[in-house]
Amino acid sequence: MKLLLENAHIEGIRNYDIYRKYGGYRAVEKALKLTPDEVVEEVKKSGLRGRGGAGFPTGMKWSFLAKPEGVPRHLVCNADESEPGTFKDRYLMEFLPHLLIEGLIVSSYALGSNLTFIYIRGEYAWIVDILEQAIAEAKSKGWLGKNILGTGFDCEIFVQRGAGAYICGEETALIESLEGKRGNPRIKPPFPAVQGLWMRPTVVNNVETIAAVVPIINLSGEEYAKIGVGRSTGTKLISACGNINKPGIYEITMTESVEEFIYSDEYCGGIPKGKRLKACIPGGSSVPIVPANLLFKTAKGETRYMNYESLSDGGFATGTMMGSGGFIVFDEDQCIVRHTWTLARFYAHESCGQCSPCREGTGWMYRILKNLEHGKGKMSDIDLLWDVQRKIEGNTICPLGDAAAWPVAAAIRHFRDEFEWHITHADEAQKRNFGLAHYADPRPVSAS
Amino acid sequence: MSISFSETKLKEVNGIIARYPDGKQKSALIPILHIAQEENGGWLDIPTMDYVANLLNILPIEVYEVATFYTMFNMKPVGKYVFEVCRTGPCMLNGSDDIIQYIKDKLGIAEGETTPDGLFTLKPAECLGACGYAPMMQLGKFYKEHLTKEKVDQIIEECRKNAGVNN
Ligand SMILES: Cc1cc2nc3c(=O)[nH]c(=O)nc-3n(C[C@H](O)[C@H](O)[C@H](O)COP(=O)(O)O)c2cc1C
Ligand code: SF4
Ligand code: FES
Repeated sequence: MKLLLENAHIEGIRNYDIYRKYGGYRAVEKALKLTPDEVVEEVKKSGLRGRGGAGFPTGMKWSFLAKPEGVPRHLVCNADESEPGTFKDRYLMEFLPHLLIEGLIVSSYALGSNLTFIYIRGEYAWIVDILEQAIAEAKSKGWLGKNILGTGFDCEIFVQRGAGAYICGEETALIESLEGKRGNPRIKPPFPAVQGLWMRPTVVNNVETIAAVVPIINLSGEEYAKIGVGRSTGTKLISACGNINKPGIYEITMTESVEEFIYSDEYCGGIPKGKRLKACIPGGSSVPIVPANLLFKTAKGETRYMNYESLSDGGFATGTMMGSGGFIVFDEDQCIVRHTWTLARFYAHESCGQCSPCREGTGWMYRILKNLEHGKGKMSDIDLLWDVQRKIEGNTICPLGDAAAWPVAAAIRHFRDEFEWHITHADEAQKRNFGLAHYADPRPVSAS
Repeated sequence: MSISFSETKLKEVNGIIARYPDGKQKSALIPILHIAQEENGGWLDIPTMDYVANLLNILPIEVYEVATFYTMFNMKPVGKYVFEVCRTGPCMLNGSDDIIQYIKDKLGIAEGETTPDGLFTLKPAECLGACGYAPMMQLGKFYKEHLTKEKVDQIIEECRKNAGVNN
């Protein structure tokens, strides 16, 4: 079942007339007949959880927004999308720009934002044009601007380009950047809901979260909540990449098993060249990597499904996280040490440098991993690496520190023998990869 | 020496400033630095940054500290074509290392360097949100995806042609 991508294949859906012909902007018509609080109530009932990574209930977040008399409030859409493995927001904006604009109008109405921003990563330069075109079309048809549909509600949406900084995806860093400053996260509290953009109450939501508000209003919150499973309601976009036959964007109802998602032709289509599966990072680079033997079945032996609860079953010891839905697959020929090293380089590069555990720790992990990967490591380096990551986690202003620590911790936890092999067989490690060892792939070699 | 924007660019700049509430014009800084970098041949020098500070009525240091924070702003001159090749995990799984090596060999430059003719710069990049279409690079406003050695050859050829260089 598709809610967001239902019409994605229709030619010309990027243009207003076609989008409207296929039922576009009905959610605005419907929502603007309700009171703003009633719209918030629908979103609460839907059970929608933030699609940016943290999975916080959107309706609850909206109800926390402070409403002091005479102070403007703002909605900011987080289109910074920079978590390695994640490229779903790009797809939504590139092919269904009006879906995002429609969601933003409804959400701005619910929150009382007359001035709303889309903060988009600077590299998505061509998408800025697509969004601005959609905004201009919506405005010329009276969905934006002054007194929308005669309700007295005014709303303007502007697209703001960032300039290359992963940290600006963190909501307070994003706000700083939108104020024309360096992307240094703020110490919380105060939370953006109380003091955000220009110290005014602000809600920051992910692109996919905002887009999901459209089907929620069209169906009603209650009906939306019936899709999915448990506290994983609705549909989720997964951006699948790595060693799979069919990389791309998939909309799932979170009832699919991980095995089905990787091997069925409806989704990733299996692993190229009949190779075997080694590991997977299901929710973007920051979430723990899991070896194949813990991927399809949880430690309790139950089938693992593509939803928030099932993916995190077992905690960090044997589970992982849904995160942003950046699904990265590793075949038997991939080197975990090398991969972890590239991620450590990424986080060291992206640390804003405000807190010493993160600034020093990410660089330190990067240098240790570089040595290990290049055959210059010592056995004690593995424990040192473990120690450094542990001292970053929980000791920083923003969660980037944790995001840098977790992938390293998980790699050591599950692939320690591969790290050790890089030390005991330093020369060999320069020429070939460790391979599968005991990370049993539950599927026979001949499958797919 | 210092750049100055044309009438049309100034209009664009004023349009951007007008998006924000009174007194919040500093919010326009990053969008305007993008314009300034483009007008200044792909990088930001001190006179250009001072000019932007003046436009926004903020201190030059407020511009420098922002310009140096974001990787898209170049603090040194770059070639006419900047190859920003992604090398993060998901791209690495699909062979970005080989593509980077191939570009280095072909152009005879290391990461961060520019060819002597001033045409090409190789700038390693971290995940650009195209992981499913790896390996990839950003070239100007657009992405070049599913790179192969042949495709890299073609891109280089095209750039040379567009720049009016025969090889
Ligand atoms: C380092 C870091 C990077 C982040 N990057 C993004 C991002 O690119 N896009 C995004 O929507 N959220 C990102 N987030 C999460 C945001 O801080 C915030 O929780 C999110 O935008 C809230 O929206 P949601 O509730 O709709 O998910 C990031 C968080 C951290 C700590
Ligand atoms: S944890 Fe890292 S990125 Fe976050 S504020 Fe501290 S130094 Fe900056
Ligand atoms: S890892 Fe290269 S685009 Fe994401």
